[in-house]
Amino acid sequence: MTAPRGRVGGGVDVAGRGAHSGIAGVLASGWVVGLAPAVLAIGGGLLLGGLLVSLLGVSPLEFYSVLAKGTVGSAFGWGQVLFRATPLVFTGLSVAFAFQARLFNIGAEGQMLLGGLVLAWVGAWTGLPGAPFGVLLALLAAAAMGGVWGAIPGLLKAKTGSHEVIVTILLNFVAFALVNYLLTRGLALPETVRTAEIQEGARLARLTEWVPVFRGAPVNAALFLACAAAVLLQLWLRLSPHGLSLQLLGEGPGAARYAGLSVGRLTVLAMTGAGALAGLGGASFVLGYKYYFEEGFTGGAGFLGIAVALLARNRPLWVVPSALFFGALSYGGFVVNRLVPRELLDVLQAVILLLFILFDQRLGRKRT
Amino acid sequence: MLDPTTRLAPDSARVRSSLSGILRISLLLAAIALLAGFLSACGGGESESKKKVDAFRVGLVFDIGGLGDKSFNDAAHRGLLKAREDLGIEFEYYEPAEGSEREAALRIFAAGEADLVVGVGFLFSDDVKKVAEEFPEKKFACIDMTYQDGDVIPPNVVGIKFREEQGSYLVGAIAGLVTQTGTVGFVGGMDIPLIHKFEAGYRAGFEAVRPDGKVLIRYAGVTGDAFQNPTKGKELALAEIDQGADILFHASGSTGLGVFEAVRDRDKLAIGVDSDQQAEAPGHILTSMTKQVDVAVFDTAKAAKDGTFQGGIRILGLKEGGVDYVYDENNSQWITPEIRERVEALRTEIAEGRIEVPAS
Repeated sequence: MTAPRGRVGGGVDVAGRGAHSGIAGVLASGWVVGLAPAVLAIGGGLLLGGLLVSLLGVSPLEFYSVLAKGTVGSAFGWGQVLFRATPLVFTGLSVAFAFQARLFNIGAEGQMLLGGLVLAWVGAWTGLPGAPFGVLLALLAAAAMGGVWGAIPGLLKAKTGSHEVIVTILLNFVAFALVNYLLTRGLALPETVRTAEIQEGARLARLTEWVPVFRGAPVNAALFLACAAAVLLQLWLRLSPHGLSLQLLGEGPGAARYAGLSVGRLTVLAMTGAGALAGLGGASFVLGYKYYFEEGFTGGAGFLGIAVALLARNRPLWVVPSALFFGALSYGGFVVNRLVPRELLDVLQAVILLLFILFDQRLGRKRT
Repeated sequence: MLDPTTRLAPDSARVRSSLSGILRISLLLAAIALLAGFLSACGGGESESKKKVDAFRVGLVFDIGGLGDKSFNDAAHRGLLKAREDLGIEFEYYEPAEGSEREAALRIFAAGEADLVVGVGFLFSDDVKKVAEEFPEKKFACIDMTYQDGDVIPPNVVGIKFREEQGSYLVGAIAGLVTQTGTVGFVGGMDIPLIHKFEAGYRAGFEAVRPDGKVLIRYAGVTGDAFQNPTKGKELALAEIDQGADILFHASGSTGLGVFEAVRDRDKLAIGVDSDQQAEAPGHILTSMTKQVDVAVFDTAKAAKDGTFQGGIRILGLKEGGVDYVYDENNSQWITPEIRERVEALRTEIAEGRIEVPAS
């Protein structure tokens, strides 16, 4: 069978309902088989994590109870996890979007960084209209900035064939240097590494304003924007001719060319869209939390977006729970900091990803 | 038409067999983890009971980089260790990695049992102010706090600043008195105002004792990476040595490790920064410009414990013992009694305000 992987589960599902009942039927149904690698990887990762923790002389029980209490065990923890997940949704979508055309966007970090700077720059503009137009304007500008930064590797790939992985990685460094240059040459306030505060009209509301239990947690309305982006992207990929063309390109340039599509144009489209999505990654921090750009605010969300997309198998709707999971893990590293070195949670993330790839390949091969 | 059942049977059987394989791996992992859990449960258990019930509690949040940087954060940690030893306080800490974690850590401490909450580094300036306003009954301190004119510092916050330029002035003078070529070098980390303070003081101190000499200035870059790039540090140091510099002062975090390597290779001298860096290149460290973060942390904890805590900005220069240079048996071979006397005279002049050291 050569059907694209994402739709194989559905085929099995139809068969499952028709014939077998009982455990075999349930196991063979698309949902369970689809989720099984993720569940097994997370379970296995957490077990291995317990082992590592006990090697450090800390009781795994205490470790996991502190981890759970600090992250999902309180409203404050939830507020932190949701805040952490918000940029991951954007960068996860960015990577997933490019991957529809089998392009790897390793540049989400730089795109998000530049987008964040533009958010702060436009947001601080004194002529900015009030909400909601101020927010909208800032978001559009950031998406445009990220889009331009993503379009560069797209264009280079289309025109010269240079590999987008190399170009996006290198453009990250250009973005780091550019942002720091602009910060040190006037955008940053004296003796700080942050910009001036943005106008009222560009700010996104904190969730505490509607849900008081989140008091003190930075989660804000950017979360809804992120979820909306995931839903819209899923619909767009399903329904729009461009979305379908992208996926056709993902099947191979030959297939796309045979169908009469312009491979070059689709490549640029995929990378521009990916850049625009990552460019919005800063909305949560800049428009909804600190109200300014700060050096290093991305916290590696651009790179973690790759993992988020991987665990979500590049499907936009699944990016949301995947981002939530990685958000919990990365905030968890901070929570358990008093017990174990926080790098342990980074190890845990890596183990879970490796197990996921392993299980996914084993089960995936059996499925097709 | 194809009967769906004929397709399903082999498929599901294979799925089941591969699942059972994974299940076996998982069970094995579970067994290992459980075993490890039992082992560690037997060993652990005493850590909780050690805490004193009514001790004065300090919660400290480190700067980016966390513990083990051999410099800024470690100095703050030393201050806490000394406070635990001498004052009997208890402390806990967080090492935040990301922008939102600074505030989260301060909040968790403030909402918990901590009596004093300390943020180490200028990045905490806004976060400390914000959280302190919400927890007026708790005391807060921020090391290297930045503030603009007109900023209101809440009464329960003390912002501690150092006059790095004054300490740099003295090591600049030492460099000017010790150099044989008349040319010395400076290697900065990130090209920002904070590091310009080191450069300006160093240059002024050098020129005060050696008006005909030359100071070479180089920065490692404009990104945060400039503070952790030893390769670049060595390159810059070698370039300055090739231009005739025989003493190099660095203010560049771990980039300075490259500077030390360069002076070892070429048999020149280097001046360390923040902490006494003698151990990094024994025999090649002329002195170090030290920033007494540990003393500041200790003093703040003591004041808060004794009830003499006062809010506001405290600026620690030479007079207050906030900055200094290292003089001991390791470097008396270069810093002769005459040089020592001359430098100490400069110290007095600065402390009494007769010399105004430029900060930029």
